Amino acid sequence: MSGTSLFGRGKKDQVSRAASGGRVDRARPLTFTFDGKSYQGYEGDTLASALLANNIHLVGRSFKYHRPRGIIAVGSEEPNALVRVGRGAKAEPNLRATQVELYDGLYAESQNRFPSLKFDIGAVNSILQRFFPAGFYYKTFMWPASMWMTYEHVIRNAAGLGKVADDHNDPDRYEKTNAHCDVLIAGGGVAGLMAALQAGRSGARVILADEQNEFGGWLLGESDTTIDGKTPADWVAGVVAELEAMPEVTLLPRTTVFGYMDHNYITLTERVTDHLGERPVHLPRQRMWKVRAGQTVLAQGAHERPLVFSGNDLPGVMLSGAVRSYINRYGVVPGNRTVVFTNNDDAYRTALALHSAGANVVVVDLRRDLKGELVKAVRAAGIQVMSGSAVTIAAGTQRIARVEISPVNEGATEVLDDPIHMDCDLLAMSGGLTPAVHLHSQARGKLGWDEQLLCFKPTTVHEASFNAGAGNGVFAADKAIENGMQAGTAAARAAGFDIADGSAPEVAAPAQSWRPLAAWKVTNGMGEGEGPKAFVDYQNDVTASDVKLAVREGYQSVEHVKRYTTLGMATDQGKTSNINGLAILAESLGNEIPQVGTTTFRMPYTPSGFGAIAGRDIGDLFDPVRLTRMDDWHRANGATFEHVGQWMRAWYYPKDGETLREAVDREVLAARTTAGLLDASTLGKIDIQGPDAAEFLNRLYTNSWLKLGIGKCRYGLMLKDDGMVMDDGVTTRLGENHFHMTTTTGGAAGVLDWMEEWLQTEWPELKVYLTSVTEEWSVATLSGPNAGKILKAAGVDISLDPVDFPFMAMREAHIAGLPVRIFRISFTGELSYEINIRARHGLALWTHLMKAGAEFGITPYGTEAMHVLRAEKGFIIVGQETDGSVTPQDLGMDWIVSKVKPDYIGKRALDRASMAADNRKQLVGLRTKERKQVIPEGAHAVLDPNQPMPMDMLGQVTSSYYSPNVGSSIAMAMLKGGRALMGGTVYLPMLDGSVIEAEVVEPIFYDPKGERING
Amino acid sequence: MLLITCPHCGPREESEFSCGGEAHIARPLAENNLTDAEFADYLFLRDNPKGMFLERWRHAAGCRRWFNMARDTVTHEIVEIYPMGNTPKSKAGKAAHADSWRRDTAAEAAAKPASKSRSKQGG
Repeated sequence: MSGTSLFGRGKKDQVSRAASGGRVDRARPLTFTFDGKSYQGYEGDTLASALLANNIHLVGRSFKYHRPRGIIAVGSEEPNALVRVGRGAKAEPNLRATQVELYDGLYAESQNRFPSLKFDIGAVNSILQRFFPAGFYYKTFMWPASMWMTYEHVIRNAAGLGKVADDHNDPDRYEKTNAHCDVLIAGGGVAGLMAALQAGRSGARVILADEQNEFGGWLLGESDTTIDGKTPADWVAGVVAELEAMPEVTLLPRTTVFGYMDHNYITLTERVTDHLGERPVHLPRQRMWKVRAGQTVLAQGAHERPLVFSGNDLPGVMLSGAVRSYINRYGVVPGNRTVVFTNNDDAYRTALALHSAGANVVVVDLRRDLKGELVKAVRAAGIQVMSGSAVTIAAGTQRIARVEISPVNEGATEVLDDPIHMDCDLLAMSGGLTPAVHLHSQARGKLGWDEQLLCFKPTTVHEASFNAGAGNGVFAADKAIENGMQAGTAAARAAGFDIADGSAPEVAAPAQSWRPLAAWKVTNGMGEGEGPKAFVDYQNDVTASDVKLAVREGYQSVEHVKRYTTLGMATDQGKTSNINGLAILAESLGNEIPQVGTTTFRMPYTPSGFGAIAGRDIGDLFDPVRLTRMDDWHRANGATFEHVGQWMRAWYYPKDGETLREAVDREVLAARTTAGLLDASTLGKIDIQGPDAAEFLNRLYTNSWLKLGIGKCRYGLMLKDDGMVMDDGVTTRLGENHFHMTTTTGGAAGVLDWMEEWLQTEWPELKVYLTSVTEEWSVATLSGPNAGKILKAAGVDISLDPVDFPFMAMREAHIAGLPVRIFRISFTGELSYEINIRARHGLALWTHLMKAGAEFGITPYGTEAMHVLRAEKGFIIVGQETDGSVTPQDLGMDWIVSKVKPDYIGKRALDRASMAADNRKQLVGLRTKERKQVIPEGAHAVLDPNQPMPMDMLGQVTSSYYSPNVGSSIAMAMLKGGRALMGGTVYLPMLDGSVIEAEVVEPIFYDPKGERING
Repeated sequence: MLLITCPHCGPREESEFSCGGEAHIARPLAENNLTDAEFADYLFLRDNPKGMFLERWRHAAGCRRWFNMARDTVTHEIVEIYPMGNTPKSKAGKAAHADSWRRDTAAEAAAKPASKSRSKQGG
């Protein structure tokens, strides 16, 4: 190409757009808004290319110093151009403008600026930069510790990147999907495409994912390369067409492989409709893929490194390859008076591209001895090349305006002569290429330092994985395509498919050396830390001086320096900064880069929104809700509900505007004067069968089970092997080898697992079989002095005489013709029948009982009244009185612990010396001095309320209610040495400074002799 | 996330399983004869090695069956999956089993049937 421009200038409002060229569709102009102003771009643009087309370089402020920042890259490695896209609830912060595809009506705002991008108050941080060195927050906000909460508030406001959407729920829909494949390929550049072709041709099931809108990778931005005689874009189109025709190949453009976990578990985010202004309702916004891959091919490509020199973060300072891509792929020429600053050959291709686009170009090369075809071509084009020189300072306010260029020594550590000054509006820099090894590193693959290419590249893999292309340190297109082909072949074969080696397409590209010169920090001719800052990590605002300061302060490990300076952290994960940072660190330590090593790359490769991670598991779909068969009745009768695990249980049934307390008082009184009806269907129920069932229960519970008669019920307490109470419930012997166990509502699943564990892992010789039958039975508990009369009125077909049907017995019977199991057990202390019926008849049973009981004052009661009724009797609830540190003895339930059984779970632990300590917390009752006063649950008791804080706590109140049957408040508490305190007084200091006084009493408040059990 | 081959259901995602911690901790049959310290070895002490570890897993969201696994805690390589009540057969698994301090505790000795003396257990 001659020096004459093929590119004229485009429409006035896209002043930097070339008249032709690139992959944008000039027939489809799009309007978008940035910081309130309207602009035009074209279909095929990214937000970044459209902004540059409008000659806008300043697009954001930096994280710490609020410095003006511009677009430096063209892809996901962009550290600066983070924008907020969308409005209101749909706004999403921290999107890379280089990855946001333009659509008509796109609305974007810059970030980290107040009040405006051009005038930012926070930029005072930049003036105060001497006071914001590395580790500033650690050093400043260390002391006093009590102030940390205040500091944190201030820091959180000042720090951070963009703002999330204001208090709205995200209105978009997201999806998750699972997939399996033989070969997953991350990256759809030439290497990835070739790998996919080979694997696809073998018949393997292939997933090819690329984060960009079209496949082809870097080559879409090259005008000087052909593949099999075609332009890269034409070649790519042919390959994609072939892949699309393969039934086992899934192509996922706009999809980022962001995580690589154990055993080839890979996570991807597909941006399904983000690129559309009008989003079809039938499609999710994003879809998260969870893929289990047989083999992977990582073809992530490489990132170009910035050069580290003073002022290298000014808007208008860009990566050389990015400049070339904007010209060739997007038809955008980002500057007219341009300086190309490089330490390698590749930037010469950019110089040629800029020259062809009609820009003025000067090449400043750190290397002295320049040779090779590209250098010749550049010189032949009449472009000035300054060898052995450096841009020592870039200057300007909100855009680069001029540079100082000086001859420097080999390592660019010394200025050799006076600088010359040059005006410019664009600087294209190239510091060499860094393979993107993020996924390889996440998968714990090893890296090795390449002395020739001055980069880390993959050496050995840890998972079933192959690296290919630039990500493997193979930068030349012809070699990368071959490498991709080999990787695809190897992966397919490893996955069990057969494929011939094949031969790679012919690639024609300029011959170039890929070796950069090692000059990691370009001096500005002044002392260390003087002059404009030279940035290493743009996104985290880390300068070369910060890294050196960390070393001076004693940090040596790369992992420590990373955390101290924040180098390579957060969403950027060191894409452009990693090697420069390591090299400067190594230099400061007087060590070699391979010895310093590299940090671990963390997930995600680029941020993935929580929406996609949550998928549709939100709102009603977040967690299942379990309803009893009587639920319709509860709702129709005005019940309020509470969550008990996944269950929705009727809490209380307010009538005529009753408060909770009024309704519960009424329900509790009715259960002791007439009758109450409780939906107890949620109780855990386990069917236990087998010749060793009784023996198994005998080992599981603390009391004896071998001699329990058929048709008899027994209460049991289950301990863990550490002697602590884990569950309780009533178990009934249905037959010689058949038991029906009940557990707490919340403990059902855990108890079943617990029993299975013992049977499978410790006592496999026991022949016992367990089945969860919780949902097979609906349970209505009828309780109160009229319970028997109501059962009779309901038509029960057995004798209810206590002689025929005693307490703690089970009878099979019929009610209204339906078979039922009736358990005469009681959680209220009243005459009580737990009526179990096949689940589907639950509602029929309930309504039938309500009807039959109407004349006897039957009253439905909820879980709150149930709690009060059991507390009146001093019955514990596991998980309320107990917390995993409570023994049966602590609960005063020694009576249930067998003294004669040789073994049961927990027995040996109860014999430990510490179990007998008299200062263990023990269950007691509390009677408030002010009889009507209800102690808040969780209140702590002390002996002396006037002692200085922190006070000696005795323990806590576990249950506390108002009891209308007692006519006062009742409470249970776990107090240290509680039994010995009986009759004494304890005090319960409240948050408001008041103190409740209470007497320690037996934890039973009603019918202590148990005379009401027979009605 | 591990890919675990359930002996009954085949390869499944880790999320279907729950880990039951260190394997081969027999509940002492003669626990009443142990000192508190010896009993504490059984009850509380668990290994947390860097490298090969023998542990128990349960296919909680599948067949609900327990099994043993020899897994490298560094590489997450699953070397062997073997039934409850068995000892590992792989070289690495065997070595981890033999190396365990627990094989020498009184709790472990008390758990062994009286007819077999410890000396006969060797090898």
